[in-house]
Amino acid sequence: MSKVIHGKAYVVRDNIDTDQIIPAQYLTLVPTIPEEYEKLGGYALCGLPKDQYPTRYIPEGQTKGPYTIVIAGRNFGCGSSREHAPIALGAAGCEAVVAESFARIFFRNSVATGELYPVESTTRICETIRTGDEIELDLDANTLKILKSSKVFATKSLGDARPVIDAGGLFDFARQSGMIQAQGNHSKATGELAAKEPADD
Amino acid sequence: MTLTEKIMARAAGKKSVQPGDNVWVNVDILMTHDVCGPGTIGVFKREFGKDAKVWDREKIVIIPDHYIFTVDSKSNRNVDILRDFVKEQGLKYFYDVIDDPNGHWTFDASKGQLKRQYGNSFAGVCHTALPAKGHTRPGEVLLATDSHTCTAGAFGEFATGIGNTDAGFVFGTGKLLLKVPETMRFWFEGSLQKGVMAKDVILHCIGDVGSDGATYRAMQFQGPGAKALQMDDRMTIANMAIEAGGKNGIFEPDDKTFAYVDARIKANGTKAKYDALFCDSNDKQTFVYDKKFDLSKLEPTVACHPNPGNRKLAKELGSVQLDRAYIGSCTGGKTSDFLAFAQVIKGRKVKIDTFGVPATPDVVHDLQTAKMNGKTVWQVLEEAGVQMTENASCAACLGGPNDTFGRLNKPMKCISATNRNFPGRMGHLESQVFLASPYTVAASAITGHITDPREVLG
Ligand code: SF4
Repeated sequence: MSKVIHGKAYVVRDNIDTDQIIPAQYLTLVPTIPEEYEKLGGYALCGLPKDQYPTRYIPEGQTKGPYTIVIAGRNFGCGSSREHAPIALGAAGCEAVVAESFARIFFRNSVATGELYPVESTTRICETIRTGDEIELDLDANTLKILKSSKVFATKSLGDARPVIDAGGLFDFARQSGMIQAQGNHSKATGELAAKEPADD
Repeated sequence: MTLTEKIMARAAGKKSVQPGDNVWVNVDILMTHDVCGPGTIGVFKREFGKDAKVWDREKIVIIPDHYIFTVDSKSNRNVDILRDFVKEQGLKYFYDVIDDPNGHWTFDASKGQLKRQYGNSFAGVCHTALPAKGHTRPGEVLLATDSHTCTAGAFGEFATGIGNTDAGFVFGTGKLLLKVPETMRFWFEGSLQKGVMAKDVILHCIGDVGSDGATYRAMQFQGPGAKALQMDDRMTIANMAIEAGGKNGIFEPDDKTFAYVDARIKANGTKAKYDALFCDSNDKQTFVYDKKFDLSKLEPTVACHPNPGNRKLAKELGSVQLDRAYIGSCTGGKTSDFLAFAQVIKGRKVKIDTFGVPATPDVVHDLQTAKMNGKTVWQVLEEAGVQMTENASCAACLGGPNDTFGRLNKPMKCISATNRNFPGRMGHLESQVFLASPYTVAASAITGHITDPREVLG
């Protein structure tokens, strides 16, 4: 499946932890309840320090933002195991995060939920790309392009994680590959298909 | 193989595994709490159907602990969602806030924050409650929807945090696909000097590798210095493996482990059988990092705002004036933590607002019965001006709803015995949190600035 994600960038730096992505007081919202899922989007990245990030990710009073791709430095998504973090970003309209590196659980949760593509860059792009830049992420060519300057950066391949996110997350992937039965039956993992399975980290 | 590799191989039914292998492991215990439980239940029902049954009703443990003592209606509702699911599925291990299986939980703010508002089944903070209630066993695989699940590595098991979707999958199948991590070894020698605690050891190690230095990796704590540590100390160290990005932290089990685990299994009547695994000889283990640490050289250590890897020595930070001190959480809210804290505080007065939140009701009980100079430890702390709550929970460790006990509701500087200090972690976005040992938190509470506890310990 060819996949190009195009849109505005929102740029953050190193060690953006899950409390900055979705502050703890909003964890009372349950992501599988549709109204609460939408509300989570409205709080995405609202824990960023205002002095360093004067432009908000989500405009005041809205639940979706104008930024399709988040660009980050090292260790994006560190901290807690809350799945609310990739979900809040996904609910807000974010389709991919391109970071120098990811914390393990955030990466895993992004893949398992299918909310967004967590892509690693090969260089430190958060110093070059500016919030608001129109960019294009090509998941097949493994490139990220700034449209105005035509500058192109290499990204790393998602490997085993890509087909899982393409499918819509762990369960859809497991069903597509016959690893669990269709919804409604009490499913059992067969284990045989482990080799085809999503990578953890 | 390293200890993590051995446990994962066995849980996957394989003779051996290598770092990077993706293997299906059988899960021994799956734990969830009030923050991630409702979402996990939602995923389970959405994916397996409304009438689906969990894979094993004795292997799921549910511990409400995060947002309990708050009037926030969604938080109270979330505890009710857990109770309904437990009833529907007939789950054996649920540590409810209230004792009535048909009741509803509401917090009564008019009774204040300090006096106990829970029933007899309540267990407090999950990572402290899991071993206390007999759910941690050497050689097992423990997965839970919380990043500090790595705490249970103290008991020689593979324990790591996962998200709701993964946990929903485990609810239905009892299995999860996991990547085998590379192992970093931290070899401990020597013993801790006066005024230095296990918390200082792990803050030192995280400072050494950085707050992402162990990302995707296992941290294996080994050596004579590790063997000499008490179980509570091993828990404090394993608890913070995630603060270096680690997938898990692990200690080799020994007689201390078995005595600790067996006593709690017996007291609670949980599954008694387990099959411990031990470290292979050095030539049979492969590490991506292997470093010696002389524990006798360590000094009281602080992780400064804004991340747990920002290491300094307490003695270098005397100029940092504080607004608040906090002791509690799965890292610093155990009985041994409060006893160390009280040893410094006793007979003195705190100079700044100081909050104490025991991790579990058992800790409350210990502190209200243990004596120090003819008074209970609880009295000693209250007389020194520490605001002690009986409502054991996560409280302000992760901020929480605005009425959470001890929450930083305005920009302030707080020294804390907890484990994480990213911006906004304990409440206000512009507050600053300094992580330290119970000794250092106590010494700093007395002086009002960051203080090396060796200056005040008699
Ligand atoms: S005490 Fe803090 S770190 Fe421990 S489980 Fe609760 S919120 Fe997490």
